[in-house]
Amino acid sequence: MKRFLWRRTGGFIFTALLVSFATFFIVQVLPGDPALLMLGTEASPASYARLRRELNLDQPALQRYLQWLGSFISGQWGNSWRYSLPVRELVSQAFPLSFALALLAVALAALASLPAGMYMAVRPHSPSSRVLSVLTQVALGMPQFWVGILLIQLFAVGFHLLPAGGFEGWQSLILPTLTLALPRTAILSRFLRAGMLEGLGQDYVRTAQAKGVAGPVVLFKHVLRNAALGPLTAAGVQFAQLLAGTIVVEQVFGLPGLGQLLLNGVFQRDLPLVQTVVMLVVLVILAFDLVFDLCLGLLDPRIRYE
Amino acid sequence: MNSRRWGIFLVGLLLACTVVGWFYTPYDPNETRVAERFQPPGWKHLLGTDHFGRDVLSRLLWGARISLAVGAAAVCLGAVAGIALGLASGFLGGWWDELLMRLSTTLQALPSILLALLLATIWSPGVPVVLWGIALGNIPVFLRVTRNQVLSIKERPYVEAARALGASDLRIVLHHILPNLGGALMVQFSVSLAGAILAEASLSYLGVGIQPPEPSWGRMLREAQAFGALAPWLVLAPGAFIALAVVGFNLLGDSWILGRERVYKGE
Repeated sequence: MKRFLWRRTGGFIFTALLVSFATFFIVQVLPGDPALLMLGTEASPASYARLRRELNLDQPALQRYLQWLGSFISGQWGNSWRYSLPVRELVSQAFPLSFALALLAVALAALASLPAGMYMAVRPHSPSSRVLSVLTQVALGMPQFWVGILLIQLFAVGFHLLPAGGFEGWQSLILPTLTLALPRTAILSRFLRAGMLEGLGQDYVRTAQAKGVAGPVVLFKHVLRNAALGPLTAAGVQFAQLLAGTIVVEQVFGLPGLGQLLLNGVFQRDLPLVQTVVMLVVLVILAFDLVFDLCLGLLDPRIRYE
Repeated sequence: MNSRRWGIFLVGLLLACTVVGWFYTPYDPNETRVAERFQPPGWKHLLGTDHFGRDVLSRLLWGARISLAVGAAAVCLGAVAGIALGLASGFLGGWWDELLMRLSTTLQALPSILLALLLATIWSPGVPVVLWGIALGNIPVFLRVTRNQVLSIKERPYVEAARALGASDLRIVLHHILPNLGGALMVQFSVSLAGAILAEASLSYLGVGIQPPEPSWGRMLREAQAFGALAPWLVLAPGAFIALAVVGFNLLGDSWILGRERVYKGE
């Protein structure tokens, strides 16, 4: 287990470094001049040259990358160009909201997909299973921002039950959480259903049933434990999708989270802000990936020795 | 009707709408008629009009072309790169495989939307941003599917036979492995296209995708959100179009899997 832990952690660090390189490369090296972006095209050549020096743009890209990486790791994320505030301050205001939203959505999706997926596997031909199966397809097809807009129309504009937008306390998180969790619930329950259907046909399940183990025990202890591997393997990618979804959903509900900060940064071409937020989001995605991987190792000893 | 037929039906409907919208729309999709603002759906405007008096159905039909074209082009770009890298990774194995899989994990941590937002910061918002964001996002997906297939195909007897006859590596990859990837890649292509339509709509909704006055489904929802209570049809119609397109391509992909499983079982 210790070796497994070290190897996975090493992989995490390596991937994080590669992502930081890719992010830096896209923003700083691809065609498009950061100094020109900041000043606009009507700037005088002298001020342009001065800014290039200030931003260290006259130095080789690799050197700038190492400098940026060093200051990112030490927590000095620079100043936002447009807000004239430290990026760190902006991020620390916005991060908790987005993180809470993502965690709530993950928890809800996991809790809801468990019974749904199990039911669809245990009673595959019942009418309600078919309805659930159709519903999961529809949930996967509906764009998240559309679901959000519809929920606002229904619960905020129609019934006046919940706030329509902005952050006014925990009630403001209910609709965004539902919106975010919906497609993830659908896909996780489909994975779980497939895994359980496969498990139910296995010999060891028939053996357990034949020797008289109670139905629920077989289901939870033998089938579910093996079937959970599928959804957990997919969880990393799903979480990445969920965080990407947070950006859109925050925009729908006007929540002042990382997504909104990022989007403002994009429209105002605030490179330090965008670079830092993207890097943080990716780090969270990778960290969750690592956690899921380690859970998988705990659940299935075979994986540890691969 | 089973899910396969639904998939074919929905995708067929979408393609029909796209072709029709290319040559004929009831009204000019971008023409504003202030006198006809916020007309509810009726005989004159089947799906109503928006806040500029533009005909919603015409805009949806015209927008289908752009959504589909951008999605398909992006997935094709990602697929070509992903398949080439996947063939290399699966066939060469060893050190190459390790490196390519690491790179693919790296790209996987950057979802399409995040990539597109990064690109939009240095270029300006618009179609190229969406195109490259989705294309890059699809490379690791196709890489993995191709690699896994190659790993199983390269152990098959006919590959061994070809090798025994003295075929070169390149010939084995191009003539014996690549043609047998078809089914798995068709499934992925369909599912990826569904994802691309969703991603394009999301980006256009955020304002970094297709730019006005050109109509796109996501952009229409962005503009409609403010008028949701006044004109619900503005919110319902574009969202329903997106959902039907995505469900259609997803079902089409699923039905490919089911069809192949039946072939294996000899049904």
